[in-house]
Amino acid sequence: MNSPLDSNVLFQFGPVPITQAIVTTWVIMAILVIGAFVLTRRLDLRPTRRQAALELLVATLDTQITETTGATPAPYRGFIGTLFIFILAANWSSLVPGIDPPTAQLETDAGLAVLVFLSVIWFGIRAGGVGGWLRTFAAPNPVMIPLNILESLTRVFSMFVRLFGNVMSGVFVIGIVASLAGLLVPIPLMALDLLTGLVQAYIFAVLAMVFITSAVEDGTRTPPLTNHSHSKTNKET
Amino acid sequence: MDYLSLASIFCATFAVAFGAIGPALAEGRAVAAAMEAIARQPDAANAISRTLFVGLAMIETTAIYCLVIALLLLFANPLLG
Repeated sequence: MNSPLDSNVLFQFGPVPITQAIVTTWVIMAILVIGAFVLTRRLDLRPTRRQAALELLVATLDTQITETTGATPAPYRGFIGTLFIFILAANWSSLVPGIDPPTAQLETDAGLAVLVFLSVIWFGIRAGGVGGWLRTFAAPNPVMIPLNILESLTRVFSMFVRLFGNVMSGVFVIGIVASLAGLLVPIPLMALDLLTGLVQAYIFAVLAMVFITSAVEDGTRTPPLTNHSHSKTNKET
Repeated sequence: MDYLSLASIFCATFAVAFGAIGPALAEGRAVAAAMEAIARQPDAANAISRTLFVGLAMIETTAIYCLVIALLLLFANPLLG
């Protein structure tokens, strides 16, 4: 049995080996981008059925962002929504025969986690300036600085291992069961895998959102404020 | 077969076996509590089950960390070269 940690190199592009995960990722990206481009032509005040479906999707994303963190969704909708839809599409790409989901490879998940790490810094600096962002590391007091720095790294690492482990274990288990027992036996496991893929995409997006809003809130909060006014800053940001 | 690979195989199985105990107990507790909550308040079933699924996935992750460690030991063991 092949190691789930190796990646399947299809061909060499100059010095760069192109793996199957990269090809799948680019295909998913192309489908999402072209699909979004085509579907958002000719938007109208009187929505067609297609536009109503799209608006429903965006409204659901907005509600989830507001419900989980209490932030206004507008600045985060693009990043979090893309993250969710891309991971969902990647996890469910195993439905196409012969394709392994790219999120079952270490590189894709590491890339996504690095994106989240950078976006936390970006949103934190944009909300509170560089000083405000640096101050988040000294919350609640300067003794916590090393722990906060460590935490900002480990939580991203744990997101990375969580997504990788969940998707990869699904693929791995289906591979084992399919090699033991023939045709129809892996189907319930595949259905479970679809549910896992959806939940993991949701968790990844929600966790990214939680990390971003915590950086934003800590950065914009003035130092003497206590937990009591936490809900107030929550609504203002 | 040398001792390092034997030890790796044993440790991989033990990691998965014992790593599954904690999450199993935790998921049982979580589902039991969610059942009780839904039985008391069937109106809130949607919100409860959504939170339950997210929580279960979080708990399950600890078992999957063990699985990742086991697979590292079996397929990418740095000591075996």
